[in-house]
Amino acid sequence: MGRTLAEKVYDAHVVRRAEGEPDLLYIDLHLVHEVTSPQAFDGLRMAGRPVRRPDLTIATEDHNVPTTDLLKPIADPVSRTQVETLRKNCSDFGVRLYPMGDDGQGIVHVIGPQLGLTQPGMTVVCGDSHTSTHGAFGALAFGIGTSEVEHVLATQTLPQIKPRTMAVTVDGALPEGVTAKDLILAVIARIGTGGGQGHIVEYRGEAIRALSMEGRMTVCNMSIEAGARAGMIAPDETTFEYLKGRPHAPSGAEWDRAVEYWTSLRTDDDAVFDKEIVIDAAELTPFVTWGTNPGQGLPLGEAVPDPASYADPVARQSAERALEYMGLTAGTPLRDIAVDTVFVGSCTNGRIEDLRAVAGVLAGRKVAGGVRMLVVPGSMKVKKQAEEEGLDAVISAAGAEWREAGCSMCLAMNPDKLAPGERSASTSNRNFEGRQGPGGRTHLVSPAVAAATAVTGRLAAPQDLGEAAGGSGGSSPQNDADL
Amino acid sequence: MEAFTTYTGRGVPLRRSNVDTDQIIPAVWLKQVSRTGFDKGLFSAWREDPEFVLNQPRHEGAGILVAGPDFGTGSSREHAVWALQQYGFRVVIAPRFGDIFRNNSTKMGLLPVVLTAEQVADLQDAVERDADLEITVDLERREVRWGTETAAFEIDDYTRWRLLEGLDDIGLTLRHGEAIAAFERDRQDWLPVTL
Repeated sequence: MGRTLAEKVYDAHVVRRAEGEPDLLYIDLHLVHEVTSPQAFDGLRMAGRPVRRPDLTIATEDHNVPTTDLLKPIADPVSRTQVETLRKNCSDFGVRLYPMGDDGQGIVHVIGPQLGLTQPGMTVVCGDSHTSTHGAFGALAFGIGTSEVEHVLATQTLPQIKPRTMAVTVDGALPEGVTAKDLILAVIARIGTGGGQGHIVEYRGEAIRALSMEGRMTVCNMSIEAGARAGMIAPDETTFEYLKGRPHAPSGAEWDRAVEYWTSLRTDDDAVFDKEIVIDAAELTPFVTWGTNPGQGLPLGEAVPDPASYADPVARQSAERALEYMGLTAGTPLRDIAVDTVFVGSCTNGRIEDLRAVAGVLAGRKVAGGVRMLVVPGSMKVKKQAEEEGLDAVISAAGAEWREAGCSMCLAMNPDKLAPGERSASTSNRNFEGRQGPGGRTHLVSPAVAAATAVTGRLAAPQDLGEAAGGSGGSSPQNDADL
Repeated sequence: MEAFTTYTGRGVPLRRSNVDTDQIIPAVWLKQVSRTGFDKGLFSAWREDPEFVLNQPRHEGAGILVAGPDFGTGSSREHAVWALQQYGFRVVIAPRFGDIFRNNSTKMGLLPVVLTAEQVADLQDAVERDADLEITVDLERREVRWGTETAAFEIDDYTRWRLLEGLDDIGLTLRHGEAIAAFERDRQDWLPVTL
């Protein structure tokens, strides 16, 4: 019987298999950041163990870093200590680090692909659940906890029980104005936050094939919000085109050998998935969340749901609690919800195409009075490229704040956060209670919806906006292709 | 890792679904670089509400958290496990767990027990009726017992053995150093290195 993409990559990394034991899986790339690593390095020190493969390990500072005043020391002493601890650990154990202010610094899941370190068929782990992002390249990539971080540092392997597989097939073409973010929010709403639990999801179908690498990363990034262990997309010409010429991509004869292997990384026709769902792309529209988990989302054209409409008592209770926390009334059209803050950024939507989409909507327009808009590039390289393209000028002219790279308000570990009761439209990945600051209320949206929302002050799509001043900009925020 | 064989104690009903790890330990607590001191951060936002179940004196000292489905979803932060353990929990019972949380728990010796939604609801009802109800979680026999009820749960043999013995994975894996080295010799030479 044929094998799925996930099974092929998994099988190629089994170091040891024994009856009644988990497989020992080799890890090709280990990404490290300041929050989930200090206790792991401490564990190595206590046991007198080295990092087995510093040459397969890379570190960056992202979760805590401020997005202003990079040249000053971090004001929060606890954040500063955590960042300094990472610097000492990387220096002591010989791990390459991209520190705050460095040209190569950025969100861990943005810099891996940017450097060409993430390649098809690899295994990639990080002490961060959004490691699933790297699956966009046909890599098997998943988040781990600190004990496992220590395990990978010490052994370059992980004991694993082979996950089940699930196919999410998106047939047809996405309608104009509907993006990768809308697609994945719709998938999560359909299967729920536990729908992918124990599975590696493979995204397939015409609409997935048509996505750019950046769109694919957005989709795979949020696999974890559906409970999946990982998300994957089979590598193709789009993938190879993105990788070619990147600093760590193979070149010359090695490139040809690599492409030959990568081309074999697709699900065989006779392979069987443990679970399958099919979605019609043509039915998708801009999608936003109304609740406090990423599965609580609806098309923008709909209204806040009535908890009484849920047959399942658990879903009903969860909806009741979410409406209370979010300060929403059932039946309110989603387009009537006013926001205080718009956040553009994160490992979900902090890449160059996302910033282009935002600038495309903001051009010739202004952020509504009383609305604060933060635009935080995913990496210093993304920031530089955006500035070369003049996107920063458009974004600043509209009245939004153009910041330095980092995780920022996605999880509010740095100074960027919501005040209690404040409401945001956010291109990030989690609308959990307090995620963007204690008492903060989050609506997850695409970059295009974020920008349109900033202009009107209420949840909106670009097509809701009138003509932009000076005729520039436009109502179609379709992402430019290849980068 | 602390070994786990059998635990007998009292339970706390947490009647919420989708308890993500941001709720278990909000991000502000993740800035510490040590492994201790996380008990204060456990459910710190929810604990501001005096009515929250962990604030009820009758549940003080309970070692078993009985929660709704999809417990521990979201962020991979192992701090969530440390916070639960340092607060005094030895077991979390729920109908379904987030994968990473479940993994992290078994690495640390916090036992995640999956029971059916009905069994969890029955146990929550029972604990609400009698906060002093004695609950036994028996890893050797893979069952949870309370009153006249016995509920079997599944856990793979290997994880169970590791928990019963209190073994940590790194030591076990390092026994296979030769297999790892052999695998490394055969890796494709185009694969990227960071240094």
